[in-house]
Amino acid sequence: MANKLISEIPLPKSIANVFAARNISTAKEALSLTEFELMELLDVGLTEVRSALSQISEIVAPPYQTALSLMEQRFQKEHLGGHFPTGLKGLDAALCGGIPFGVLTELVGPAGIGKTQLCLKLSLLASLPTNYGGLDGRVIYIDVESKFSSRRLLEIGLRSFPEIFQMKAMAQEMAGRILVLRPTSLSEFTQSLEQIKVSLLQNQVKMLVIDSMAALVSGEHEQGIRRQQTLSWHISFIKSLAEFSRIPVVVTNQVRSHNHDDASRYSFQVQSRDVTMEIPMRYDSHLIAALGIHWAHAVTTRLVLEAKSGQRFIKVAKSPISPPLAFPFHITSSGISLLSDYGMELMGPEINAIHCQGHNEIINFGMEGLQ
Amino acid sequence: MEIWRLPISASQRGKLISAGYTSLSSLSSISSSDLARELKVSETEAMDILKVALHSRGAQTSNASCSIVEGAQSAWDMLHDEESLMHITTSSADLDNILGGGIHCKEVTEIGGVPGIGKTQLGIQIAVNVQIPHDFGGLGGKAIYIDTEGSFMVERAFQIAEACIEDMSEYNRFLRKDFQECKINMKPEDILENIFYFRICSYTEQIALINYLDKFISEHKDVKLVVVDSVTFHFRQDFDDMALRTRVLTGMALKLMNLAKKFSLAVVLLNQATIKHTEGSFQLALALGDSWSHTCTNRIVLYWNGNERYAYIDKSPSLRSASAAYSVTVRGIRNSSSSCKRIKMM
Repeated sequence: MANKLISEIPLPKSIANVFAARNISTAKEALSLTEFELMELLDVGLTEVRSALSQISEIVAPPYQTALSLMEQRFQKEHLGGHFPTGLKGLDAALCGGIPFGVLTELVGPAGIGKTQLCLKLSLLASLPTNYGGLDGRVIYIDVESKFSSRRLLEIGLRSFPEIFQMKAMAQEMAGRILVLRPTSLSEFTQSLEQIKVSLLQNQVKMLVIDSMAALVSGEHEQGIRRQQTLSWHISFIKSLAEFSRIPVVVTNQVRSHNHDDASRYSFQVQSRDVTMEIPMRYDSHLIAALGIHWAHAVTTRLVLEAKSGQRFIKVAKSPISPPLAFPFHITSSGISLLSDYGMELMGPEINAIHCQGHNEIINFGMEGLQ
Repeated sequence: MEIWRLPISASQRGKLISAGYTSLSSLSSISSSDLARELKVSETEAMDILKVALHSRGAQTSNASCSIVEGAQSAWDMLHDEESLMHITTSSADLDNILGGGIHCKEVTEIGGVPGIGKTQLGIQIAVNVQIPHDFGGLGGKAIYIDTEGSFMVERAFQIAEACIEDMSEYNRFLRKDFQECKINMKPEDILENIFYFRICSYTEQIALINYLDKFISEHKDVKLVVVDSVTFHFRQDFDDMALRTRVLTGMALKLMNLAKKFSLAVVLLNQATIKHTEGSFQLALALGDSWSHTCTNRIVLYWNGNERYAYIDKSPSLRSASAAYSVTVRGIRNSSSSCKRIKMM
């Protein structure tokens, strides 16, 4: 809508000609200028500029929907009202059905905690037919760090859904729905994204997994602000991709240690010197999510995977619907499973903290997990 | 020679001038019987003259300020307007207190904070609360929710709407003990029906929509709230020309202010937090830069203080800088549990 041509908008002939003469051909160009600038550029009066702008705006502005019709539409057309159940009952209940469609869901945690395991499980689930709780469609898995293991995927399938995966033809069909891409650089990733956008709807793609987002930039640029700017186009693109295709998008993120560059206070807090702010961080390893604050705003749901005193937890750190709950989990041969469906509610910013204590288990693919 | 302008007959005018009354102020302190004696006219006629003089004098004093500058309003008249200002409650009494009753209508309020602090939650809560009927102290209006990031979740809006109706029924039960009908006729679906949802996918659409709102609201006069969630997202990337960004943002803010004043509605803009390098260290600040921070009338920062969520009035023409704690519960925004006062009604 933004790139609508001025020539396609029914404006009075005189002003349409002036726009063309001054090389303003898209609505985007016209709307980016202020009224005064347009008056000067087009050499017309304020009333004419205003009426032209209001006509252009009316055409370019998106249509509205009442929240009620939005809800009805979602429940009628989409699987479970726009949610993808993960199979982890407690988590699904907290998230009002599962991972939401149309927005970004982030998995963040230290290395080896189980992010890729969860991604594999979700990819498998998405490929299954709907009567098994799946989305019955293709999955695009962007594997940046070459962690995708098809052997592990099939093992998860065999253990979780033996009735499907014991038949070789069915196993092939399901595994065949998961398409793995391995971009080796940020520019390759960019190209793949653009191709994906085109083929998403035609090819019945029902989920996109990017594992991991942070790895794409870690090799490329300098720290901090520059890194944030590098990814900003991608963030916006992936969000719009998720939005128009209404599919769940799962992205993993890494962690890094807290350094002095990280801000945690506003200027008015520094001035007032709140005593409560002076509690020193007592984590064994003070970790925070990589990719920065701009990324943290862009994701709608953030699931933190961490290890505390040797027990792994999956926490809902940011969600529009769920309270801040932490669920203990372990990794088994059939993927990830929760040890309890009743999450612990955590107070305060503790839910965002990422711990890495006592986490030394090796995941054995052939046996049950050591928990 | 203001007497010339009075709508009285020529002979009456002549008599007033020859008696020495050339200005309206000279007529202010005289009684009708004295005037009748001076002008040698009947008392009823004198009374009529005084009435006309009073009427045009009254009109003239209020015109005095307007005649100096076109469209100006005196501060005294504005005070009257301000006292009848409407507020939209946030459902947290502590937060309403520091806000002077709630989110002000006719003004643009910017609310910003780090991810997960509750900006969208507050936005949805206000979009529900603006619909509280007049009987319950609300505005009974509709809401426009402009979503630029896809953070609006219908199920959450439904939850909050349900809780709001339950609270109203509770309130009803205490107030109208003698009435049998304690049930409210509103359903959460009705509340959802009064939220006009727009999904924006680029900054061009954002500008176009804000331009179009004037016409839309003229056709839907009961809209009393516009929430933009978030105003930042599409302006944080894609802009190589920062000066252009500032001009576009300022233009947008002005249009929103005009909308707020013209239709007496509240405009709430949700902003994101970013990291700014000031005074040798990195601090949190709201996004979109320094020039943007001048454009909004009110600015509220949501932040973490220990284990609690707090709201801080960073900028306001009429409210003191103060913080209040609030919490995000399954029912929506409520007072923080640690500052809970005992409810005496029970």
